Amino acid sequence: MGKTILEVRDLRVSFEVYGGEVEAVRGVSFHVCEGEAVAIVGESGSGKSVTAQAIMRLIAMPPGKFKSGSVIFEGRDLLTISEKEMQKVRGNKIGMIFQDPMTSLNPTMTIGMQIMESLIKHQRLRKSAAKARAIELLAMVGIPDPETRMKQYPHQMSGGMRQRVMIAIALACNPALLIADEPTTALDVTIQAQVMQFMKELQQNTNTSIILITHDLGVVVDLCDRVIVMYAGQIVETGTKWEIFKNPQHPYTKGLLKSLPRLDQPKNEPLIPIYGTPPDMIQPPQGCGFCSRCESAMRICERQDPEWTAISETQSVRCWLQSAGEKAAAVVGGKEADA
Amino acid sequence: MRIEGNTNTVVQANVDLFAPIGRDPSGKERIERKSMSTWQHIRYRLFSNKLAMTGLVIIILITLLAIFVPIISPHDHFTNDLENTNQPPSWNHWFGTDDLGRDMFVRTWKGAQVSLFVGVAAALIDLVIGVVYGGIMGYYGGKVDEVMNRIAEILYAIPYLLVVIMLLVVMEPSLTTIIVAMSITGWINMAWIVRGQIMQLKNQEYALASRSLGASSMRILFRHLIPNAMGPIIVTLTLSVPSAIFTEAFLSFLGLGVQSPVASWGTMLDDGINALTVYPWREFFPALFLSLTMFAFNVFGDGLRDAFDPVMRKS
Amino acid sequence: MVRFILQKFVFMIVSLFVLVTATFVLMNAVPGSPLQREKATTPQIQKNLEAYYGLDKPLIQQYGIYLKNLLKFDLGISMKKRFYSVNKIIADSFKYSLRLGVVSVITSVIAGCVLGIIAALHHRKFLDNLAMVLAVIGLAVPSMVMAPLLQYLFAVKFRLFNVAGLERPLDYVLPTIALSSASIAFIARLIRTTMTEVLHADFIRTAKAKGLPGHLIVWRHALRNSMLPVVTYLGYLVAGVITGSVVIEAIFAIPGMGKFFVQSVVDRDYPLIMGITVFYAVLLMVCRFLADIAYALVDPRMRNFTKKVA
Repeated sequence: MGKTILEVRDLRVSFEVYGGEVEAVRGVSFHVCEGEAVAIVGESGSGKSVTAQAIMRLIAMPPGKFKSGSVIFEGRDLLTISEKEMQKVRGNKIGMIFQDPMTSLNPTMTIGMQIMESLIKHQRLRKSAAKARAIELLAMVGIPDPETRMKQYPHQMSGGMRQRVMIAIALACNPALLIADEPTTALDVTIQAQVMQFMKELQQNTNTSIILITHDLGVVVDLCDRVIVMYAGQIVETGTKWEIFKNPQHPYTKGLLKSLPRLDQPKNEPLIPIYGTPPDMIQPPQGCGFCSRCESAMRICERQDPEWTAISETQSVRCWLQSAGEKAAAVVGGKEADA
Repeated sequence: MRIEGNTNTVVQANVDLFAPIGRDPSGKERIERKSMSTWQHIRYRLFSNKLAMTGLVIIILITLLAIFVPIISPHDHFTNDLENTNQPPSWNHWFGTDDLGRDMFVRTWKGAQVSLFVGVAAALIDLVIGVVYGGIMGYYGGKVDEVMNRIAEILYAIPYLLVVIMLLVVMEPSLTTIIVAMSITGWINMAWIVRGQIMQLKNQEYALASRSLGASSMRILFRHLIPNAMGPIIVTLTLSVPSAIFTEAFLSFLGLGVQSPVASWGTMLDDGINALTVYPWREFFPALFLSLTMFAFNVFGDGLRDAFDPVMRKS
Repeated sequence: MVRFILQKFVFMIVSLFVLVTATFVLMNAVPGSPLQREKATTPQIQKNLEAYYGLDKPLIQQYGIYLKNLLKFDLGISMKKRFYSVNKIIADSFKYSLRLGVVSVITSVIAGCVLGIIAALHHRKFLDNLAMVLAVIGLAVPSMVMAPLLQYLFAVKFRLFNVAGLERPLDYVLPTIALSSASIAFIARLIRTTMTEVLHADFIRTAKAKGLPGHLIVWRHALRNSMLPVVTYLGYLVAGVITGSVVIEAIFAIPGMGKFFVQSVVDRDYPLIMGITVFYAVLLMVCRFLADIAYALVDPRMRNFTKKVA
């Protein structure tokens, strides 16, 4: 793996709302290496999208607020540089793709102009040069007849096409990092596959680093090298794709995998849902966030935040079941024997 | 630093900490936050909106004064007193008198009666016609909707005030005529709001559910859809009151509305404008209370809209 | 697009036809109307009217004559002002109304947009609150209250402007304020609402993610989308200004169409009332039609319009 290009340290983001403060992201740290694709997985409300938008500083403030942390990109902390400097990073060094291609494009502006905009801003291209480059980009993301499409408006395109346009916009200035926030959630399954395939090719060809935000473990397999599992504003487990799929440690990760249908699964074996709902982030629980839904919860889980335990060089988990080690196992075993 | 003797308890505590809690495997859904019902939300949002509450208080005060002043006051609104014409405000005549010596205070509140009556009556007629027409359009859809919608669009394209003026010119000017004239095109907005709401709601699950249980169309319409379309209906209703009040004052000002000796803010403004430089109070009081009433209904209606708006509830 | 315009055009024609027919029915149905022989003012006018409207012919033929005259833009003759045709009265007075109307419409749009944009960009802050308080006052104070108030304060008390008339450019100030305050308020609120919404739209976030600076995002991405509802409102704005001018012209003694309209109402000069009503109606409907077309031009989504979206 290459050198680290993005490092997020102890990021905390909260939102001021009526009735209190929502702690959406509670101390998230991770890094992304050059040419690496990392997936951040979690259900809605787990803080994964907020994390992504925090890196780009797209969070509206107020009500949003950075409580602590830093986002180191190319040697600078993105959270402390000026807005003007940040504008030079957005769309230029870091590109971003959003969830809903139907609403993420300006309905009253031509596709071409929407792509050219950032080329003109960042690369100081003249209009004609920007236009040529935009046509090139549209062709690259697999849009047929790009010259005609340039003059069209978003409503004249299908969802899959629009998402490709979004990708073209994000890639316009050859960013070092691409953040894709649930890029396929709003699309049909067949289109999903196309978009993922395209992102994979892109990653292989250009060595762009990718952060893929998703709630769907299924789309992770093809594209990503590493997986970060988030729950209730925290990272609960991280590891390589194979470690997470073959040897999940956190009960939440296990739950996620069990609720996913597999082809090799016997017909009569039921899918197992994770019962309950995520905790209220206005009053985050004192102990482990997953505790109230965890089948193997222990008393300590309700009281104290779990510590990180390294499972391998690349995999670590934040759960008392692991860090408790032998003692916990013994206690659990003893209790079971008693019963 | 632990004290030797305490080790035991610490170990004991640790053992307890690592004891499983033992969850019900069926994993009952737990509600994590106490939730407010929709109506509680709306009430809360409305009551915490100071401007809207000011509007409500003004509406209540004006209504009470309009009802009770004409009953209690020693003066009445129609007796001429030619010895006391154009009196400035005094203890006897709080708002002064007009060119026929009539007490402006009583006339102002009589005018309030007219305005409120017109406003509420017109709004209610719009409501009834609009909900029925819009309900039928929205519920049946298809050809029925298309034909009825065309009719509404044609009527809507005809300038509203012109129709009213034309009708009043040829009909006997009276309160009833004004209200009837305003209702000819006034209901269309309401009908469209109801139609839109119902179209949106009717494909939602609960309407489908009750249809699949065999409920009749009418029953679905009135039991499920209308109550759910309540928010926009109430808001439109409230905001149509000031527009009706304005129209009445406008017409009376032009001499097409309520005729003397009945007091209306519009006619009082028309009377007062000729004497504006000499007896400004004759213009001032009807102007003040007409504006105040319209202000109150507008801000209250706005408050209701904000309270009902689900988009705002999200943020 | 073509279908959309065609459809709107047909609507306009049908609406006009309904209005014109209603006018005719009213003129004939109501006692005291000029088209009934027993209720004429002088023999001279009676003769004019009879000849003009073909009163000796059956009703259906009269209707035909009436429609034919309208198609020739012949609106009839005045009952009270002898020898004056309605066309002549309108031709003489309309220029005043038109000038005042155009000034008011432009003022409404510009002032309304500026207030609305300021409010939206300072959402929930001081300037927003100030703009919205102004807007609520503008909506609440009706023109027949606003006009005498302005007249009293600025023309009588402080003598800054003429009390009446529409001769000097300065004369436009007070009538324009009185006439456009409600529409300024309405547009300001409309812009504020849509712009606040648009500023939270996903495509604004996309624009931000492209690294565009704030002012570009507002001007290039937010404004055009926020202006769309104002374009639809334009047709109704013209209606408001025209009907409003009826009162304003009376108060400021401007010899415009509105003043004659009020006069004709007071005189019960039916042909003049009907004539001006039809003229107003045509004017309004054409303006609304143009506003619809303008909307279709501004919003690309409307260009391949097939079915009306509810």
